[in-house]
Amino acid sequence: MSAPFKRCRGHWAADTSLRVATGLATALILAVLGTIVIDVLRNGWSKLSIGFLFQSPTDGMTAGGIFPAIVGTVALVLIMTIAVVPVGVATAIYLSEYSSANSKFTRAIRVAVNNLAGVPSVVFGLFGLGFFVQFVGPAVDKTLFGGEKVYAQPALIWAALTMAILTMPVVIVATEEALRAIPRDLREASLALGATKFQTIFKVVVPQAGPGILTGTILAVSRGAGEVAPIMFTGVAYFLPKLPDKLSSQFMHLGNHVYTLATQSPDVDATKPLLYATVAVLLGLTFSLNLAAVVVRAKMRARIANAR
Amino acid sequence: MPATDKPAPKMTVKDLSVYYGAKKAVGPLSMDLPEKHVTSLIGPSGCGKSTFLRSLNRMNELIPGCRVEGEVKLEGDAIYGPGIDAVSVRRRIGMVFQKSNPFPKSIFENVAYGLRIGGMKDNSDIAGRVERALKHSALWNEVKDRLSESALGLSGGQQQRLCIARALAVEPEVLLMDEPASALDPIATAHIEELIHELADEYTVVIVTHNMQQAARVSDYCAFFYMGDLIEFDKTETLFTKPSQQRTEDYITGRFG
Repeated sequence: MSAPFKRCRGHWAADTSLRVATGLATALILAVLGTIVIDVLRNGWSKLSIGFLFQSPTDGMTAGGIFPAIVGTVALVLIMTIAVVPVGVATAIYLSEYSSANSKFTRAIRVAVNNLAGVPSVVFGLFGLGFFVQFVGPAVDKTLFGGEKVYAQPALIWAALTMAILTMPVVIVATEEALRAIPRDLREASLALGATKFQTIFKVVVPQAGPGILTGTILAVSRGAGEVAPIMFTGVAYFLPKLPDKLSSQFMHLGNHVYTLATQSPDVDATKPLLYATVAVLLGLTFSLNLAAVVVRAKMRARIANAR
Repeated sequence: MPATDKPAPKMTVKDLSVYYGAKKAVGPLSMDLPEKHVTSLIGPSGCGKSTFLRSLNRMNELIPGCRVEGEVKLEGDAIYGPGIDAVSVRRRIGMVFQKSNPFPKSIFENVAYGLRIGGMKDNSDIAGRVERALKHSALWNEVKDRLSESALGLSGGQQQRLCIARALAVEPEVLLMDEPASALDPIATAHIEELIHELADEYTVVIVTHNMQQAARVSDYCAFFYMGDLIEFDKTETLFTKPSQQRTEDYITGRFG
């Protein structure tokens, strides 16, 4: 005679402790995030205003706004995205659709991408300085400007290209995963209808990988808005009286401005609320970018699932 | 082995062998596929019938390491050979797969896909061909009011008929079907079988099936495969009632499966 179905103590204890542990971990993360946000807003609230967003810094950074930093960040991120997305997506398409999985060349590319992902940001900054500013820059000046020093110095374009190289692995990996997730029978269906491989990739595979590609792009953009080390030597400036208007201009940057305000202020007390307000703007920018990404991705997925 | 009053062959296969790497999977075998008739390929699992089918429209090339030797001709035109474009082969020889694979697009765009990539631009031409294809695959009445809805919202049987319509829209000469009803319920299966009957009026159909009764119901000619070899090819009625090979008889009577 066996006992009726009674709850086993061991099972219940294991289930509950796992539920509690994972719940606590989640709560911890939310608490940390909440603490950061609250602290930032508390200290910077007094300075957050429309004027803050649209004015230049004044009085040695102890007053005024951060408009040039916002413009510079947007310009940097825009050029970086134009540079990184086509190249990153093309690389991912090659790895996923064209290369054979085990050839030496493919493996070499993967090793390169993985190593690139592990390089510290400041090393990218030094690379950008040595390669773009001091090598490509003078070459461009010699051929296009007859030796006049236009590009052989820190510039928006060099900082953007350095950031593009830094964020390339992210875009490649996110795109490749999205491409791999598409089942093989969709490609076969397209080919069986007499499509070329090119048509199959661009009319069936890449459109369906859209959300994944967007994810990679947003991750890249978020880093572009916040990373400081790679742009320190390649284009960003402490203070500029005018906005960047050419690819060869230098620019101000939100992440770098935070660093500047924190370490190089003549009056720490006056600067502190400005510092926190800048951080608040930077966080707000990152959050809204991610939110926009979530919304666009959800819409893309709905469009794929529902119709065209 | 072939029947004496066979109709003209639409496709001829001569000494075809298919290799995966060093291992020979199918052949060598020769076969004539009669025009505007349904030919079924039967045999136990792993006997090479799907591999053979896929070599008729060069879909085997998608598998790395796969090699084809021998000759396959569509109405006298060789489909293998240097300089012969697989893409144009597949426009004349269409395929429907075992598991329906509609694109995550609208019903209309699914059927129009083959037309658009083939270069057709006129929207009214496309709409006309889409309607005709959907009527041919007995799906028009069920979807005519929701052509812009996603194809993924259709039932399994409807999706398979959509895939058939998609293949028919480009007006191929031959339609290859790899176990088209094996993933479907009996009612949907019956629809597909009825459809195959009608399709044979205009197209040459080659269908792989692991269901012997389906082969008996649906096909005019039947080829029995075993372990990569073609054992017997004859009119379906003859093969099922008076097979000339012992192994065929063993398979049909269920002595092995």
